[in-house]
This record gives sequence, C-alpha cells and structure tokens, in this order.
Amino acid sequence: MEIGISHYLTVSAILFTLGVFGIFLNRKNIIVILMSVELILLAVNINMVAFSAFLNDLTGQVFALFILTVAAAEAAIGLAILVVFYRNRGSIAVEDVNMMKG
Amino acid sequence: MGLQTLFFYLFAFIAVASAFMVVSARNPVYSVLFLILTFFNAAGLFLLTGAEFLAMILLVVYIGAVAVLFLFVVMMLDVDFAQMRAGVLEYAPIGALVGLILAAELIIVVAGSVFSPEIAKTVPMPIPALSQRTNTAALGDVIYTHYIYFFQIAGLVLFVAMIGAIVLTLRHRPNIKRQNISQQVGRTPETAVQVVKVRPGQGL
Repeated sequence: MEIGISHYLTVSAILFTLGVFGIFLNRKNIIVILMSVELILLAVNINMVAFSAFLNDLTGQVFALFILTVAAAEAAIGLAILVVFYRNRGSIAVEDVNMMKG
Repeated sequence: MGLQTLFFYLFAFIAVASAFMVVSARNPVYSVLFLILTFFNAAGLFLLTGAEFLAMILLVVYIGAVAVLFLFVVMMLDVDFAQMRAGVLEYAPIGALVGLILAAELIIVVAGSVFSPEIAKTVPMPIPALSQRTNTAALGDVIYTHYIYFFQIAGLVLFVAMIGAIVLTLRHRPNIKRQNISQQVGRTPETAVQVVKVRPGQGL
C-alpha cells in the first residue's frame, strides 16, 4: 500500500487531538499544557510538510519553518512567565492564577 | 510492503504512542522525555516526505533547545506534581469525548478527501528535483528571495522573545555579594590599609 497524503494527515490529526485531550486532562498543570500546545503545533507542522511534499510546493516547508520559530518563541516566553509566577506564588497550579481577578 | 511504508508506520506509531504518554504520564519529567521521543519520530516522518532541512531543524531546535528548556524548568521548580494530579480523571471522560469527535471529524474530512493532481502542476514554488538542488539549498533559494521580509520578521520575533525571557526572569537580589570593578580598581592604600596598634598579650 502506497503511503499517500491522507496517511500523514491522519497522523497529524491524531497528534492534534492528543494535544487537545492533554489540555483537558492536565488542566491544573501549566507545564503539561505548554507541552500539549507544542504537540498541537507539531501536528500543524506535519500537515504543512505533508502538503508541501505531495503538492510539490516549497512554500509549505517555508511556512513550517516560520511556525517552528513562533513555537520556539512561545515556549521560551511561556516558560519564563511560569518561572516568574512560581517565584511569586510558590506554585504553578492553574487555579492559583487569580491575582489579577478584579 | 515497501521499506518506506514500513518506516512510515514505525515512526507514526511511536510518535502517536509517545504523544499519548506525554499527556498521560504521572511525572512531568517523563512527559518531557516522551515529548522528545515524539519530536524525534516526527523528524523521521519529515525525512520520509523529503523535508530534510526541517527534520534536522526539528532535531536541533526542538529537541536540543525547546525540549531541554522544558526539562530544565520542570527540574528547577520544586512542585508537588502528585498533588497536582489529584482529580485528573474528573474531566477525562468529556475530554476523551471531545477528542474522539474531533479526531473522527478531522480524519473523515481531511484524510478522506482526494486532492487533484492538477494542483501540483501550477504551484508557485515547485520543489526542484533532488538531483539538481538539495532540499536545504532549494529552501534557501526561496527564503532569501521571496520570503526575505518574513525571514527578517521571524528573526525579530525570536529577538523579542529572547529579550522578553531575560527581562522576565532577571532579578537583582540585594543581599548577595557582587563584584564591583570600578570600586575595586579605585581603592588606594589610604582606604584599603588600616594600621592598628596591638598591645602585647591582648590581641585584637
């Protein structure tokens, strides 16, 4: 059986769903939520690369590169905010993030 | 079954299984390690599609930098993760329901559709044959010409992220000893040496 674009799209759909499921499952733990977001972005990247390869267009790979850039920046900023929050509160539980509640 | 098919199923299965372990592992350190395994197998999938440069970038940037950053942060924070897992199964059924519906819809709609081969003939940036131009060189040809502004903005995004991370996490702790070069160099014998008369048998 020849591997076609639908195989890659299926893998990427399952990874995306697992990322969403991870946000539901670990809604108390910000670190795992950030990792789930990384999984979702990886699924998007697999989509981009699969379409790029099977439609013979290089643009998909260029955009996958930019998505990678944004994902790296997001991870760095997210973890920095997490460290600052931990210093202030001594906890990283999501339900403790209510200091700005009006 | 060809070798490519075999490797596709190998990479895809391990990627999906370890992605499941990322969200369900009890210890976040295990989660990060499974995240690394997922990225590794995704890089294998990229290689199978011919995106060699992106596969290597995924290895270097994602595993080498982002995943290790996660690992550092997880190990640096002294958090009781077992307590945080309490009540984790409360929303698992609805999460699984939403996930299953989403996955079924995505797979039926996206993976079930057929893309016309005519589209591939009219793309703006066709991938050159591998015998004429390597993947990295072809990507460079496109990025540094048509997408040069996008490339510069991507660099700016990374720069802002770097500055932001430093500004957020840098702190001046007042009660630690710090080297002050100008004070050190500006010392003279008058300010640095004190002559004390010590009486015999008494000491200081």
